[in-house]
Amino acid sequence: MVENRPAATVLAHLTLALGVLIIGFPVYLTFIASTQTAEQIVQNVPMSLLPGSNIVESYKLALFGGQTAYGSNLPPAAPMLWVSLVSALVIAIGKIIISLLSAFAVVYFRFPGRNLVFWMIFVTLMLPVEVRILPTYKVVSDLGMLNTYAGLTVPLIASATATFLFRQFFLTVPDELVEAARIDGAGPMRFFKDVLVPLSSTSIAALFVIQFIYGWNQYLWPLLMTTSEDMYPVVMGIKRMISGGDAATEWNAVMATAMLAMIPPALVVILMQRWFVKGLVDSEK
Amino acid sequence: MGAISLRRVEKTYAPGSKAAVKVIHGVDAEISDGEFVVIVGPSGCGKSTLLRMVAGLEEITGGEIAIGGRVVNRLEPSERDIAMVFQNYALYPHMSVFDNMAYGLKIAKLPPEQIKARVDKAAKILELSALLDRKPRQLSGGQRQRVAMGRAIVRQPSVFLFDEPLSNLDAKLRAQTRLEIQKLHRELGITSLFVTHDQVEAMTLAQRMMVMNGGRMEQFGTPEEVYQRPQTTFVAGFIGSPPMNLLRGQADGQRFVVAGQTLALPQPAPRQGKLILGLRPEHAEWGADGADAWRLTVDVVETLGAERLVYCRLGETLFTVRIDGTLPAPQPGQQVPLGVRADRLHWFDAGSGQRLA
Repeated sequence: MVENRPAATVLAHLTLALGVLIIGFPVYLTFIASTQTAEQIVQNVPMSLLPGSNIVESYKLALFGGQTAYGSNLPPAAPMLWVSLVSALVIAIGKIIISLLSAFAVVYFRFPGRNLVFWMIFVTLMLPVEVRILPTYKVVSDLGMLNTYAGLTVPLIASATATFLFRQFFLTVPDELVEAARIDGAGPMRFFKDVLVPLSSTSIAALFVIQFIYGWNQYLWPLLMTTSEDMYPVVMGIKRMISGGDAATEWNAVMATAMLAMIPPALVVILMQRWFVKGLVDSEK
Repeated sequence: MGAISLRRVEKTYAPGSKAAVKVIHGVDAEISDGEFVVIVGPSGCGKSTLLRMVAGLEEITGGEIAIGGRVVNRLEPSERDIAMVFQNYALYPHMSVFDNMAYGLKIAKLPPEQIKARVDKAAKILELSALLDRKPRQLSGGQRQRVAMGRAIVRQPSVFLFDEPLSNLDAKLRAQTRLEIQKLHRELGITSLFVTHDQVEAMTLAQRMMVMNGGRMEQFGTPEEVYQRPQTTFVAGFIGSPPMNLLRGQADGQRFVVAGQTLALPQPAPRQGKLILGLRPEHAEWGADGADAWRLTVDVVETLGAERLVYCRLGETLFTVRIDGTLPAPQPGQQVPLGVRADRLHWFDAGSGQRLA
């Protein structure tokens, strides 16, 4: 339905602009704060909304750490960004591989208890990390995986959502395609590799974006299972930079780190936007 | 090389369980090398299932299928030396036309030059050479259909299997593709099994046709045999359009009584008692008046240009007559005489529906 009513157009644009403001203003504020010095932020009330001149120093301090203006020592954010990047990538890619394979098994193989297996996977949708965090912690700690990348990622890899999504997609692949591949002599794994995976490429891209952000934004789990500074992801690092009590907080460094932490997920979304939308919207077969 | 033997082939779904359903009841047939055989029947008669059993896509639950003298019951589809063209073509959507045709050969680990040579040759035969880099979605229905055939040809199988490959094409393209398939078969001389529900396709393509109904083979013979000497009332009613008139009645010497109407016969029926009499709409002699003529009442007339279909009533029974388009159209309600020749009559047993003599 295409309508042409100016009032409605204006209203729609107003709503959108308001939405953009609500989302955009805090990001702007973060950026502005990161360009000022710690004193400026604290002394000017309210804070100036114009960029300051401290941008290089703030980001250098945030990235590489060092002595602050108040004399305390700030840990560098660069290694934390690396930890975040590695775990987000491992989680996203791991989730995609595991769920592709399990959906493949559930859809294309007839084995005893197939439905039971599927429903067991499905039920785990109700058990996110937060719910099973203590038993998971116990397992990870017993396996000696505290403070390791494996500990950071493995418990988060199994994904019912992705399995379910791929299952639904596989169910729409016509049976004749499977049969044509059988006549062509392609075994199950060959069919999986040559036909199913390429056909799922848009869903894979969409899932990668979602799961990368999910992995990047993990907070509670790393908070619990990392005790050594070199395994802190950046999201946790930001929290740790905000000192409570009497100690002064280097707000400019905090904000700079926050900006840095926003960049990779934003990049992933922007670069993969076309695929992402395609994967969610169309089902090209 | 590509002879196919079906020996008491049976198919039961969910065998052994309470829900077991038998869909193919012991089909026996010998198809010789290079023959073009069409399996035809109404939907649900088991024709596709039978084809898929030959292909190896359905398990054979009874009997034996041999291809080129080798029993294939336990072989994978790729080991049976067959190629199949599917109704919806089943092209790999993400692969180019070339890759679609080459995929099977790549898996068979043929050297790349040989793959290219084979694909190019098939593409030339099917006039696909200019389209090799396209994706299936950029092709028209007819082109996709040709790619599906190309994929079958490059395998150089000893048997082609076609599962209603023309049913997704429009009427004009279907007629054209029918000719192409015939030409292709003449050139390559490969044994072909072709499943269809369309009797025109069956009559035009088949060297021999297998008429199936309810999982049983009703008749297996050349199109002429099937048309001229249908073995059962089912075949008589299925092949020919409009279908053969089948009158159920009582034979008594040179008379045949149908629902109270007595018809004179040119010669006595082969047997006395309850019989079914068949007469094709195109074989009744229109306007041949005489003492023996049957008298019918015209009900509806359909004019098709070259011919007219006259739907008549014989008492309560419907009777169709096909007359030349140049003859004047009869008026509804008009009484018309109809001449009958003895050699045009078909007799069937009223109980079993089997042909008599």
